[in-house]
Amino acid sequence: MEADKDRSAAKRGTLEWITAVVMFLLGVLVMVDSVRVGIRWAEDGPQAGYFPFYIGLLLCLSSLWNLAKNFLGKTVAQKSFVGRGALKLILAMLVPTIVYVVLIGWIGFYLSSILYIGFFMIWLGKYSWTRSAAVSGAVIVCTYLMFEIWFRVPLPKGPVENLLGLA
Amino acid sequence: MAEINALMHGFAIALTPFNLMLMFIGIVLGVLIGVLPGLGGANGVAILLPLTFTMPPTSAIIMLSCIYWGALFGGATTSILFNIPGEPWSVATTFDGYPLAQKGRAGAALTAAFTSSFVGAFVAVVLITFLSPVIASFALEFGPAEFFAVYFLTFCAFVGTSSGNAMKTIASMMLGFALAAVGLDTVTGQLRLTFGFTSILQGFDFLIAVIGLFGIGEILLTLEEGLEFKGVRARLDTRVVLDTWKELPRYWATSIRSAAIGCFMGIVPGGATPASFMSYGVAMRLSPDRGKFGTGVVEGVVAPETAAHAAGTAALLPMLTLGVPGSPTAAVLLGGLLIWGLQPGPLLFVEKPDFVWGLIASMYLGNVVGLIVVLTTVPLFAAILRIPFAIIAPIIMVVCAIGAYTVHSSMLDVYLMVIFGVIGYIFRKLDYPLAPLVLALVLGDRAEASFRQSMLLSQGEMSIFFSNVLVGSLTGLGLILLFWPLLSLLRRRLAR
Amino acid sequence: MKTLTGISRGLSCAASAVLLFCGLADLAIGQSWKPTKTVEFIVPAGTGGGADQMARLADAIIKKHKLMAGNMVVINKGGGAGAEGFLDVKNAKGDPHKIIITLSNLFTTPLATGVPFNWRDLTPVAMLALDQFVLWVNAESPYRNAKEYIEAAKKAGPGKFKMAGTGARQEDQIITVALEKQGSIKFTYVPFKGGGEVAVQLVGKHVDSTVNNPIEAVAHWRSGKLRPLCVFDNERLVYKNKVTDKQSWNDIPTCKEAGVDMDYLMLRGVFTVPGAPPSAITFYIDLFNKVRATPEWKEFMAQGAFNQTFMTGDAYQAWVAKEELRHLRLMKEAGFLAPGGK
Repeated sequence: MEADKDRSAAKRGTLEWITAVVMFLLGVLVMVDSVRVGIRWAEDGPQAGYFPFYIGLLLCLSSLWNLAKNFLGKTVAQKSFVGRGALKLILAMLVPTIVYVVLIGWIGFYLSSILYIGFFMIWLGKYSWTRSAAVSGAVIVCTYLMFEIWFRVPLPKGPVENLLGLA
Repeated sequence: MAEINALMHGFAIALTPFNLMLMFIGIVLGVLIGVLPGLGGANGVAILLPLTFTMPPTSAIIMLSCIYWGALFGGATTSILFNIPGEPWSVATTFDGYPLAQKGRAGAALTAAFTSSFVGAFVAVVLITFLSPVIASFALEFGPAEFFAVYFLTFCAFVGTSSGNAMKTIASMMLGFALAAVGLDTVTGQLRLTFGFTSILQGFDFLIAVIGLFGIGEILLTLEEGLEFKGVRARLDTRVVLDTWKELPRYWATSIRSAAIGCFMGIVPGGATPASFMSYGVAMRLSPDRGKFGTGVVEGVVAPETAAHAAGTAALLPMLTLGVPGSPTAAVLLGGLLIWGLQPGPLLFVEKPDFVWGLIASMYLGNVVGLIVVLTTVPLFAAILRIPFAIIAPIIMVVCAIGAYTVHSSMLDVYLMVIFGVIGYIFRKLDYPLAPLVLALVLGDRAEASFRQSMLLSQGEMSIFFSNVLVGSLTGLGLILLFWPLLSLLRRRLAR
Repeated sequence: MKTLTGISRGLSCAASAVLLFCGLADLAIGQSWKPTKTVEFIVPAGTGGGADQMARLADAIIKKHKLMAGNMVVINKGGGAGAEGFLDVKNAKGDPHKIIITLSNLFTTPLATGVPFNWRDLTPVAMLALDQFVLWVNAESPYRNAKEYIEAAKKAGPGKFKMAGTGARQEDQIITVALEKQGSIKFTYVPFKGGGEVAVQLVGKHVDSTVNNPIEAVAHWRSGKLRPLCVFDNERLVYKNKVTDKQSWNDIPTCKEAGVDMDYLMLRGVFTVPGAPPSAITFYIDLFNKVRATPEWKEFMAQGAFNQTFMTGDAYQAWVAKEELRHLRLMKEAGFLAPGGK
């Protein structure tokens, strides 16, 4: 339906094998560390790595199966995973979000949230500057009152809050 | 009936204007806590604890327990509206609640969730009122083997319900188990799967995974269709409450079963989260609309919500009589009792009857007040869906970020949340089911710990899981449910 | 009044900022330090446990009696047997708005897991109290005293008697191992998550004994389900008020009297961040002294039969250093040290 008019940006098969390989590697990682802590069934029950080892093993085996199935059954694999238009929309959300969470670590939660909500409203929502500023400001003030003052949950803060003496 | 007299006495204590006001404040605060992911009931209770020192213990515990009810009620809201579970026990509510909202029936889903919560709590309170001594001794029967059997049963009840690619289900579930195993091994005290990184030694928190996988993953999926939420045309009038109420009696059997499961899991205390999963699984197996579960049926909201609230309420009983909290929130309440000089234990009922019966009476009143409060918010919450996407989407992300951060006050969790979001999106597109992953994550380490405790007790004998009637029947029931698909296949063959 | 305190707070703020810039923290002796933002009280354990209760009670007392200007929050950071909390404080060097209450995991966690922290990475503030340990059995069991119990365990053979405790390679298991050595017996040690759960397992007869703290088991003792056999200390508990119909805490014999030469007390102390100025430490010592003087605190101490030793400064440091060596020895003997850990 949607995929017909939206040119494919990635084949489903590609994503399938990448996912399966990543899961397989995770499984190997789990098994390796389990061997370190002991995978035997001692006289007083299983050791710390006993269950994780078999969990890793099952993860590997099921991923291998999924991998094999992907290369054998061609029909599904050729389908589009995501169209270009859809991918653009997703990235339009995902990229600012990634920038946002990285910013929280640098300049604190409040300032980055104002920027994030404001950016979103102006860029994607085509709202005016004043309206965007009003909404993002209001949200942040509410958050501050609710979390810092009311529930006393300290959120990450940066240089600006320190300057204002809010930290 | 001594209990009736005591209860009436309790009502007399609880029903003062001051206490009613406290109840109201408590419920509103609790709903807020339940709605916001990351702010657990424990936060609210812990933070308000100091405020309550200036009032008599009974009033204080009434207010605190009302926060707890409020949080139980509120958890369903974001599950239904945005696929973001506000509390761990409302994960199972997303399975049918969110599809209902997408169909434009957010009001019905919310009404069903709140009403079922009330029913579940009511059944549990009645049970506490009349059977508390019997129940308290029943909880003592539960050793590690029994706990493992309960977790096993939860798995079996739920797992068989997922349709689709079996190998992908297994992969997804194993990923959940692996994530659950990260951190400190409770039995040997060794660190596992941390690879020397001190930042992950607290393990992967269930809530962060859920916010990412369900909430953010869902937003990304929605985006493919354009910049708006489905279900915007949700009905907002108050009639929706009455219409839904007309529909609810149809699911009486599910309600009773779910309330029973919830009470059982609360008393044991296995917790509200496993109760909600187990109840959803059982309801699905026994429902005539089996195939429609997961696509948005009201019954799929009734089952987990009834069980979660029944379990949450019943969990207060082992806390009062045995001093074992059934949840982190109950643990903070327990701390409150001790600070007020009230020692939980069998003697609490004898020595402080005013307190105990006041509390039990407030359970009735608090839930009635709670139901009224949350039902009036239904149109309000449903209206959130009408806010344009470009405004509400970033706000949701901000709220999710807060939720992830507050779990451990760690930025790493916020990054993890975004990563889980991408994983959630990819998994959904590739038909890897998410529910088994989440269930494995929430129950994995508990199940493993109780299994290994049992093995220590039995010195490696598996027969401990059949060593008495209780544990034997739990394990047996689990096995039956696990092989149910196989059994029904066999029966059909034989019938032919 | 308000403006005056405001000005003085501003001044002290400026003063501490200047001192921080110059790095002349030791000059701050005599200067008063006051919190300028929310003080985080970290609990390196989950909600509901002994340390959590004590921290929350202290917080509540501070708020109720308005003992501190400014805000305080209790935050649980119990991940990795408390390592999460200790690392958090260790990494907040120089910002004394963070204090932490300890359990024995201050010593045991780095030894058992190899996570890199040590009490020397933190700044000791004060010892609030010491928590006791008692050997409990089910009241329906025939054992009247510790000696009988150990004889029975010996007779039954190694591993037949089950001891439940909180956590693995932590205080409960250390005591169990020491008890085994004293009596030349062998228990099967079963770890659980919390002390309350451990006590209920004993009431439900799923295990044979526990070494619960007094406060974790007292409710079951009072209702006649559990029986204390001996207390792991050199002297009897001081509290003489009747807890049950017949007995007070003081009536429980010490394990030494019962022929088991073993004592173990758990530190309930407060530490703050590394590099904290002495004036901040003085502030917190003063604060906790005020907390200790309140009736609520005294009542809590009596309820949990705590040993109310209070220590600060060099005496406290010396005590902690001694305890560290003792834990190293005990854990080495038990074989609980992490491979690669020191």
